[in-house]
Amino acid sequence: MIATHLPVLQVAVPLIAAPICVLLRRGSYAWIFTTVICWGLLAIAALLLDQVMSGGAISYRLGGWEPPIGIEYRLDGVNAFVLLILAGTAALMMPYARQSVEREVRPERRHLFYAIFLLALTGLLGITATGDVFNIYVFLEISSLASYVLIAQGTRRRARTASFQYLIIGTIGASLILVGVGFLYAKTGTLNIADLAVRVPALGETPAVLAAFAFITVGVLIKLALFPFHMWLPNAYAYAPSMVSAFLAATATKVGAYMLLRFVFTVFGVHFAFETMPLTEILLALSLIAVLAGSLVAVFQSDLKRLLAFSSVGQIGYLGVGIGLASVTGVTGALVHIFNHALMKGGLFLAAGTIAYRLGATDLSALHGLGRRMPFTMAAVVIGGLGLVGVPITSGFVSKWYLVQAAFEQDLWPVALFVLAGSLIALAYVGRVIEAAYFRPPPPDSEPVQEAPWAMQLSTWALIAGSVYFGLHTDLTVGIAERAATVLLAGAP
Amino acid sequence: MTEHLVLRVISKLLIPPILLFALYVQMHGDYGPGGGFQAGVIFGAGLILYGLVFGTEAMRAVAPPRLLVVLACLGVLLYAGVGVASMIGGGEFLEYGALSADATHGNHVGIIIIEIGVGIAVASVMTIIFTALAEWR
Repeated sequence: MIATHLPVLQVAVPLIAAPICVLLRRGSYAWIFTTVICWGLLAIAALLLDQVMSGGAISYRLGGWEPPIGIEYRLDGVNAFVLLILAGTAALMMPYARQSVEREVRPERRHLFYAIFLLALTGLLGITATGDVFNIYVFLEISSLASYVLIAQGTRRRARTASFQYLIIGTIGASLILVGVGFLYAKTGTLNIADLAVRVPALGETPAVLAAFAFITVGVLIKLALFPFHMWLPNAYAYAPSMVSAFLAATATKVGAYMLLRFVFTVFGVHFAFETMPLTEILLALSLIAVLAGSLVAVFQSDLKRLLAFSSVGQIGYLGVGIGLASVTGVTGALVHIFNHALMKGGLFLAAGTIAYRLGATDLSALHGLGRRMPFTMAAVVIGGLGLVGVPITSGFVSKWYLVQAAFEQDLWPVALFVLAGSLIALAYVGRVIEAAYFRPPPPDSEPVQEAPWAMQLSTWALIAGSVYFGLHTDLTVGIAERAATVLLAGAP
Repeated sequence: MTEHLVLRVISKLLIPPILLFALYVQMHGDYGPGGGFQAGVIFGAGLILYGLVFGTEAMRAVAPPRLLVVLACLGVLLYAGVGVASMIGGGEFLEYGALSADATHGNHVGIIIIEIGVGIAVASVMTIIFTALAEWR
């Protein structure tokens, strides 16, 4: 009986758990409770993905109302895969959370921190699971408001400004999406994605559909933080608490990419988005600038967390390239990169957090000689960094392989060239970190540094090891992503 | 505000009807305009008026912040609890009809409990926001 309710439990369980976390009143109890919930969510996500892979799309009617009147949760290969990424990274980061949060968040706020973390997770899972465009907006607001609060918990005062900046830009993005959804609703009278997928193409190129397309695309690109809408991202990731940086870097922009896929491919359809509208040209141009500019700016950062944040701006560009190419190979590459980048960047931000935990700073100058003093953490940074470059064996190689292949399929060799150039620049910024940690002597007056606590290393290494494992065993990720891409490009969900 | 005698007397007269009207809007939501959100806002406005006139200290005595936080959570849990109960009753999440053997009766019960949850949560959160801003230094 419970198996039929899994789609709604995926979203309702963290929503119910959040107020319970507040009632627990103690940070340590809230941590244990949140850990149990997150692993439960991972189990639900795995079961759902298994159901979808063996039995096709699942539909769940909320409140027993028949879609398209009622709200439907609809899971196909695409969002079941993204749900697994979200629940998986949250679960793997929980061992890390206890000590990191104890260090960075005041005792009377810790249980509230976990409650808001669960709300952010609720929002992200909800956006992914739902089959209703207005529901997407509601969950987007839940996750965004929770993220603003989480970012503002950073220990430095600049966290507040970063959070406020994100609040303003994020609200603009969400409002644009809402306006676009309003246009669609006015024209079709439905909010259900599967229903919209039938009715919107039938409307043709009416002004309302064009306006809806423009509003929704720009709104989603702001949430995705694709160049030139990335301005909120570096500060937000650099000044948030370590746990939050890692969690948001691994999940928030990935959900943005999912929204773009869902709106463009399912709601508007490949034909309208890429043939009637010049989305390929726009996405490719912006994404390639993002890859080059984001990576270049990362090279000149003096702080590890900011460097990783700008690297994220570049890596989001790769997602844009894959989506913009609008072929099965390209979308497969984008989906695989969503998965791989969540592991790599999540692991790297966790490692940066352990460095901040021991040193109190993440300046590259503070990293001097750290390769000997925190060997395990720095090894994780190196492996994760090589993944960002896309060195073979790491999973970053797999996603870039597909992107380059997709570019060659369409004879767009300059795109392939840009992707490879991005990798070279990534080598430069990863090289700077390696140089600081391994080839510079520690400052003479430095105090001895201990290796990070084992629980924090466990999370870091779980994600980094995952990124290597899925570089060698691509059947699982690529297999699922390929099927999902085929579903998306076939049009109807 | 000790010197504003008129304000003090009038608010003392007004606050009980405001709270009572909130409960009316809460219960009337089943038959006409109204419901949990509006009722919660009106109830919260009554408490906030008390806080504005008599000060946050007096308000803390009436509505302790710790109690308000617990109430806000219980309100949400009441809402979600109905969803879970209807799943146990054999329906989908939030399918109130499954709460009772008679679907119409189940719908009545479900919507009333949910609206009460919304009302409690909204009234508490409104008051928490007011206290947080009023005591912010």
